[in-house]
Amino acid sequence: MSSSTPLLTVDELSVVFRRRGAEATRAVDGVSFTLEEGRVTGLVGESGCGKSVTSLALMGLLPDRGVTVGGSAALRLPDGDVDLLSLSQRRLRDLRGSQLAMIFQDPLSSLNPVVPIGRQVTEILRRHRGLGGERARKEAADLLYRVGIPDPTRRLREYPHQLSGGMRQRALIAMAVACRPRLMIADEPTTALDVTIQAQILELLRDLVTEEGTALLMITHDLGVVAGLCDDINVLYAGRAVERAPRSELFADPTHPYTVGLLGSIPRLDAPRGDPLTPVRGSVNDNIAWSDGCAFAPRCDHYTMDCLQGAPALVEAAGGGAHTHRCVNPGADAEREPEEAAGARTGPEEAPAPETGAERTAAVDDEEGRA
Amino acid sequence: MLRFIVRRTLQLIPTLGGLSILLFAWLQRLPGGPEYALLPDDATQEQREALRRALGLDEPFTVQYLAFLRRIAQGDLGASLQTGRPVLTEFWTRFPATFELSMTAMLIAVSVGIPLGYLAARRRGSALDFAAVGGSLLGICTPVFFLAFILKVVFAETLGWLPSAFRLSPGLTRTDITGFVLLDAVMTREWDVVWDGFVHLILPGLALASIPLAVIVRMTRASVLEVLGEDYVRTADAKGLHPGTVRTRHVMRNAMLPVVTAVGLLTGSLFAGAVLTESVFAFPGIGSFVYSATQERDYPALTGFILLIATMYVLINLLVDISYSLLDPRVRAQ
Repeated sequence: MSSSTPLLTVDELSVVFRRRGAEATRAVDGVSFTLEEGRVTGLVGESGCGKSVTSLALMGLLPDRGVTVGGSAALRLPDGDVDLLSLSQRRLRDLRGSQLAMIFQDPLSSLNPVVPIGRQVTEILRRHRGLGGERARKEAADLLYRVGIPDPTRRLREYPHQLSGGMRQRALIAMAVACRPRLMIADEPTTALDVTIQAQILELLRDLVTEEGTALLMITHDLGVVAGLCDDINVLYAGRAVERAPRSELFADPTHPYTVGLLGSIPRLDAPRGDPLTPVRGSVNDNIAWSDGCAFAPRCDHYTMDCLQGAPALVEAAGGGAHTHRCVNPGADAEREPEEAAGARTGPEEAPAPETGAERTAAVDDEEGRA
Repeated sequence: MLRFIVRRTLQLIPTLGGLSILLFAWLQRLPGGPEYALLPDDATQEQREALRRALGLDEPFTVQYLAFLRRIAQGDLGASLQTGRPVLTEFWTRFPATFELSMTAMLIAVSVGIPLGYLAARRRGSALDFAAVGGSLLGICTPVFFLAFILKVVFAETLGWLPSAFRLSPGLTRTDITGFVLLDAVMTREWDVVWDGFVHLILPGLALASIPLAVIVRMTRASVLEVLGEDYVRTADAKGLHPGTVRTRHVMRNAMLPVVTAVGLLTGSLFAGAVLTESVFAFPGIGSFVYSATQERDYPALTGFILLIATMYVLINLLVDISYSLLDPRVRAQ
């Protein structure tokens, strides 16, 4: 872990959507994390846990109307710290593209279909670096070359539909790194790509982080991506971080039952034939509000009445150090509690047998092997 | 790009061919052929048959059709029964007026409709949005002749702000070069004629613009709303581009694609709508001539005018398609 002050400190970020005639939705409910230069921080969770909304909130790309953003996000800049969440749109526009950059999920729909690739790269060079004409074109070609696009001068004249999926994502990455941002956010950048291309894109991102010292916030639901790329991991559940740890610790010793469930639901090649997968029960719709207790309790195999006494605090895990979790009854004690759990409010009809420590370790080894 | 234009132009041949067949078949099926029009009412059946043979009307359909095509190719559309002058001459003395009127209407519709549709989309749910959507509904529902009549009564006859009829004030002399009043006047620097012609175009132009304006407002609004939700607009915002750049290069360039197509289709309906507007404002275009030709069963004139207007329409849509392909590279690739 680096001991310098973090590049970005997100503190108690919350995003509430309000629509007329509907109940307000707390998409992000007090998320805190930090990003450091030259490191990849993962934001992991299933669909609807608030990870994309978090990234849009940091970029200032949420709609103005019907959205309330709370908390703070202090970004360290050469001329002092700024709070991204309270900046004016004008000031944010100066930072977006130059200090903050974002890579989106679907490269085809994220590129303007009627503007040549070159124009889409040079417009950001003109906006933030004041480059125009031949110099901008030269720089754009260099950028495309750098992200691994062959024959860049020809590609600059082409339109998005003429490029392959992997090349489109490379082009978007070229735009993101065009002004050497201090902070990059990648929102599921490999979801729309096939597996071999995924690996290439992840490798490219890793190289850019290492070479430029950029801080990368990697948003994903794919634990393979997490294992391969992220240095630090935040597991999000129902708009809050439920566990945070450096990669090796998280995979070696997951403590929050949700993290344990996520890791347990990865299909394994060495599992005996016909063994069913072990998904996390239920869906994100089964949550209870954090104010009533642990939002994950209804899906948890070993919750107790203690879990329903308000939101659990983020506490240091048994291993200590940078490993924290938000659980009153973490995985280590899990095996002891099934009877008590059965008597609780929304008790499961049939609780699957709790995982043994040995199985868990095996799953982790598999992940580490891939990393 | 050039290949696209050539290919698209070649596609006009079957279109116009089909049109000429339809038109010729229509002409053949009309009751009362020339043997009734040219011979006195008491002529015998034999005399009528002899005339039909002499005119080649007993030949098979294909032979007659080819002869019809040959005449068209030579620029011979026959003579108008009303005036006795060649149909082509009649057309070219009137078409410039209708063209100027239609283009004025389209200019009004585009220059007001696109910004209004954009603003309505950007401020969705605002008073301006409701006014634009409601107003366009009213515009689509109001018959053109009714609106033309109201405009004429209010602004010409009651308030007296604008002329109520004709293309130019009576007594004003102008140099005729092409038949297009504004074009000629600009070329000869007759600025008083430019102004007078412009003033005469305002009321009929507004009346004729109402429907295309309403359609363009609605299409622009819907299209902009759709594009604003696109991922590439978010990408543009994520790059920190100025709002003006995002608006022109990323939002409008994409949002205009369906509107361009609509403009092409609406231009055709403008020529038809001009017939009514011209008769209200006594505007000397093709409208009043087509109207009287229908009354008088002036079939050669009608056939010729339909053929020429349809050709204009097809050519305008060719221009629209070409400009569309300039806007959208995906079309060229096909």
